[in-house]
Amino acid sequence: MKRVLVEKDSYYDSVFLMLINREVKEIEGVTDAVVSMGTDVNVTLLKETGLADKEIEGVTPNDLIVAVEGKSDEVVEAAIAKAKELLDQKSSAMDENGGTKIYSLEGALDVVPDANLAIISLPGEFAPREVKKALRSGLHVMLFSDNVSVESEIELKNLAKEKGLLMMGPDCGTAIINGKPLCFANVVRPGDIGVVGASGTGLQEITCTIEKFGAGITQGIGTGGRDLKNAKIGGTMMLMGIEALKNDDATNVIVVVSKPPAEEVAVKVIDALRKTGKPSVVHFIGMEPGKQEGNLYYAGNLEEAAGMAAALSKGETYQKRTYTLDRSEIDAIIERETKKMSSKQKYIRGLYTGGTLADEALIMFDREIGGIYSNNQSKEAFIPPDPNKSVKHTIVDLGDDVYTVGRPHPMIDPSTREDRIRIEAEDEEMAVMLLDIVLGYGSHEDPAGAILDSLRDAKKKAADRGGYLSIVTSITGTEGDFQNIYETKKKLESIGCVVMPSNFQASTLALEIMRKVEK
Amino acid sequence: MDVTNINKLFKEDLSAVNLGLESFAENLRDEGVKAVQVLWKPPAGGNKEIAGLLDKLDTIRTKIDIDAANKKAAEIINNGKPTVIDIYTAGKAIPGMRKNLLLHAGPPVTWDRMSGPTRGAVIGGLVYEGLAKTYEDAEKLAASGEIDFEPCHDHGTVGPMAGIVTYSMPVWILENKTYGNKSYATLNEGLGKVLRYGAYGPDVLEKLKWMETDLAPILKEALDLHGELDMKNIIAQILQMGDEGHNRNRAGTSLFIREMAPYLVQLDEPKEKIVKVLEFLNANDHFFLNLSMPSAKCIIDAAAGIEGSSICTTMARNGTDFGIRMSCTGSQWFTAPAPMVDGLYLPGYSAEDAAPDIGDSTITETVGIGGFAMAAAPAIVKFVGGTPNDALNVTKRMYEITETENKIFQIPALDFRGTPTGIDILKIVEKGILPAVNTGIAHKKPGIGMVGAGLVKPPEKCFNDAFKAFVEKYS
Repeated sequence: MKRVLVEKDSYYDSVFLMLINREVKEIEGVTDAVVSMGTDVNVTLLKETGLADKEIEGVTPNDLIVAVEGKSDEVVEAAIAKAKELLDQKSSAMDENGGTKIYSLEGALDVVPDANLAIISLPGEFAPREVKKALRSGLHVMLFSDNVSVESEIELKNLAKEKGLLMMGPDCGTAIINGKPLCFANVVRPGDIGVVGASGTGLQEITCTIEKFGAGITQGIGTGGRDLKNAKIGGTMMLMGIEALKNDDATNVIVVVSKPPAEEVAVKVIDALRKTGKPSVVHFIGMEPGKQEGNLYYAGNLEEAAGMAAALSKGETYQKRTYTLDRSEIDAIIERETKKMSSKQKYIRGLYTGGTLADEALIMFDREIGGIYSNNQSKEAFIPPDPNKSVKHTIVDLGDDVYTVGRPHPMIDPSTREDRIRIEAEDEEMAVMLLDIVLGYGSHEDPAGAILDSLRDAKKKAADRGGYLSIVTSITGTEGDFQNIYETKKKLESIGCVVMPSNFQASTLALEIMRKVEK
Repeated sequence: MDVTNINKLFKEDLSAVNLGLESFAENLRDEGVKAVQVLWKPPAGGNKEIAGLLDKLDTIRTKIDIDAANKKAAEIINNGKPTVIDIYTAGKAIPGMRKNLLLHAGPPVTWDRMSGPTRGAVIGGLVYEGLAKTYEDAEKLAASGEIDFEPCHDHGTVGPMAGIVTYSMPVWILENKTYGNKSYATLNEGLGKVLRYGAYGPDVLEKLKWMETDLAPILKEALDLHGELDMKNIIAQILQMGDEGHNRNRAGTSLFIREMAPYLVQLDEPKEKIVKVLEFLNANDHFFLNLSMPSAKCIIDAAAGIEGSSICTTMARNGTDFGIRMSCTGSQWFTAPAPMVDGLYLPGYSAEDAAPDIGDSTITETVGIGGFAMAAAPAIVKFVGGTPNDALNVTKRMYEITETENKIFQIPALDFRGTPTGIDILKIVEKGILPAVNTGIAHKKPGIGMVGAGLVKPPEKCFNDAFKAFVEKYS
C-alpha cells in the first residue's frame, strides 16, 4: 500500500524533516517512507525508488511531499496522520514571536529593531544572500550552513570586515557569545578566557575542559573550518576575533584552536596574538607545539590548551600531565580491559560524532601506531574504500558528509552511530571501541542513552565469542548542559565503558590498551 | 582593523534572528535570549534560474536607483485621490471605445481561448448591444473576427468577473484629482444571474437595459445634485467598518446609499422608479465593488511607466490567464494560466463547479486593499482560515512585499497602521511570498453565476517573468 501527500507551498527545514522521516519510518508496519521537500534530487529519488510517481509531477522545492508505503491501508493512513501531527508541532511553535509570523530577515528587523545577530542554517545555495542582507543591516552572523563556496566565503568575510562585524562560518557549528551558547555549544561558566576556534567540537572540548579546570570563558568565537586553512581567506575572522578579544576588558587570556593553518596564515595569527600582549594559548591540531615565547604558549592537545589557559587565568603554573588519575589506577584499568581479550582482537575502532575529536584521536594513533584508516585521512591510501566498512585500525568521523546524506548529523540523531556500532559488533577483530559523547545545545537529549543498548550488545557479542570488547569514551559537556553529565557518565559506566575526563585522555588510554594488545 | 562593532556586541544583550533550523532559536530562548524565527522559503518559489538572477540586482543597483523609483511609485499611489465625477455611456466616456469593441477583464484573450463565463458575457453583450439578434448569431459574430476584444485595463477601465463592457453600457467616471488621470467601470448588476458571471438570458438583458434607461440616469442626476464623490475618504471609512473593498462591500454600499439618499428623494422622477433604485442598491451588497475597483484603478494608473520601478501596477484575470503588469515595463503583460480558487462554496456547489480565477477585481489588492486589508474585515475571516488572528497575519505578511504603508487607508486592529501599499515584484521574488488575493468564484458554465468565494494564489510565473524582464531591461 502506498500513498503520497503533497502539500503545496509549505517549506520546512531539511533537518526537521529528516527527524520526522525517521519517526514515520519507525512506525510498525511502515516499509518505506519519505518526508521531504520537492527538490529535483528528492523527486528523482522518489521516482527511482518507486515510492511516488505521477503524484509528484510538477512539484517545486516549496512543496512538501509525504510518501508512505506500508503493510496495510490503515498503517499508511496512520503514518500520514502521524507525519502531519509532527509537522503541525512546527506550526504551533511558529506562533512564538508574540503571535507575529515573520517571513524574511527584513520582516524580522521590523519586529525586533534591536536584533544584533543572525543565525543562518539555510541550505548553502541560499545562505550567502541572506548573510549579505544581515551584514548590510549591521547584524553579526553565525553561518551554520555548509556547501558555501570559498569564493562566497571570501566575499562575505570581506563584507564583514568592512562593516567590522562577526561572520562566523560557513560550516560554523559552535560559538558562545556573551556566555550564550549558539547552535552546538555548551553552557560554560563565565570567566576571563576568550577562545577563537576554527573547529566546532574543538571549541566545545576546550570550553568544557576550561570549566573542568576551574576557570571560565568570556567568548567562544567560531570562524568556520576554512578560515585559516585556506590562504585566500587568510584567517580573516580569526584575526578579527583576536583583535576583538584584545580590546575586550573582560578577557585576560586568549586561546586559539584550529586545524593546521596555511603557513602564511599561521604567521599572521601568531603575530596578532603576540601583539595582544595578553597571555595566549595556541593549539594547531596535529602540529608539534612550538616553544613558549613571551606571551605565547603552545598546547599539544585540546585538553592541554584548556589546562594552560585555565592556569594562566588563575595565575598558576601549568602542570603538564597525561592522566588525571594516578598511573597505578590507569595500569589497573589497562589490565582489566585487556585480560579477557581473545587473540583475534587486534584493532581500534573509533566511532566519532565530533570531527575535531575524531581528528585528535586519528592523528595520535597515526603517529604512534600508523596505518589508521579514516574518512578524515590526509593519506588517500588510508581512506576506506567503503566508508561504512572498517578496515583494520579505523577511526571515522560520522558527522562527515559521506555519512550524512539524507540523515541528520549524528550528534542530532544518534541512530547513524548506533547502526555503525551494530555493524562493528559483528567484527571479532575489534579490540577497542573509542567514542566521543558530545552534550550541549544542538546535541541529542540523551546521546549516551540512545546508543547504550547497541554498546551493551556489542560487549555481549564479544564475550559470546570468548573475548572482551573494551569501550573507551569521554564526555564533552558541562554541569550546565541540559543532558545531565553525571547521568550520562553513570549510564556509560553501568555497562562497563571506561569514561575518561577528556578526548585526549580517552585516546591515550585507548592507545595504551592497543599497545598492550599488540604485544 | 576596526572591530568596535564586535566589542559593542560583547557589551549588549543578544537579540537573534534565526533563519533555518528552529531549535537554534528555541535553545536561545531557553537561555533567556530574545530570538525570533523567520519562516524562510526559497526565493522565486524554488525556481533556480530566477533565484540566480537575484544576484544580478547588486550590479543593477549600481546603475539605477530602484529604491528611489519604487518610493516615487508608492508616493504616487499614496497621493492618489480618486473621485467619482460622472456617469456616462461607455461609448462616450471611455477613450478608444467603439461599437464593435468589447472590453473584457484580465490580460488579452481571443474568443477561442475564452473561459465559459467570459464567452457567455460576450454573447449577452452582443445581443444587448443589438449587434446580434440571437444568441447563435452572437456566437458566430464573436468568432467571425468582426468584433474586437481588448482588455478593460488598456482603456483605463476595470470590470469584475468577465468584465464585459459594451458601447451602450453606462459607466462610472472617476478622476484622480492629484494626477488628472481617469478610470471607468460599469455599474454593478447585483447577484444571481448576471452578465459578469456569463449569464445572458432575457431577464439578464432586461436588467441591463433598465440599468441603462433608469438606474444610471437617476444616479447621475442624484450625483449631479450631490456633487463629486471623494472615494478616498469613503474607502478609508469602509476599512474601519469591516469592509476590505473586494469580498466585503457591505459598509461601502451602505455608505453610498447614505450619501445618495437625500439627493435621490429630491429628484423629479416617479416615486416607484426611485424606490426601485433604492431597493436595487439595498439588495446588492456588492454594488460598491464597482466603485472600489475603478478607485483602485484610478490610483494605480498614475504610478505606471516609472523607469526603474518594480512596483506591480496590475493584477487581473480573465478565466483563462492571470496577468500582471509592472511600472517600469508599462503596458506589457506577464501572464500564466489562471489558477483555481481555494474557497468556500454556496450551498449546492462544490469545487467541481468552479471556473478558473477571473475578473479585474484584483485591482483592489494591487493598491493594498482587498486581501491586503484582510485584517480590517473580521466578518469574512472564514476565507483565510477561520480566526481574526489569521486575517491579521495575512495583512502583516503583505507588509513584507510592499514598499510602504497607506497614509489614509488604515486598519483599526493593527493600531491604525496603514494598509500595505505598493507591491514590489522584486520582494515577491526574493522572499517567495505571493500577494494575498480575495475573490469570488464563478460557475464554469455560462449563466449560472457566483458559486462561492475564497482566496487565490497568483501564479508565481507571472512575477518570475516580470522579474526576469526587469533584470533584462536593466542589465
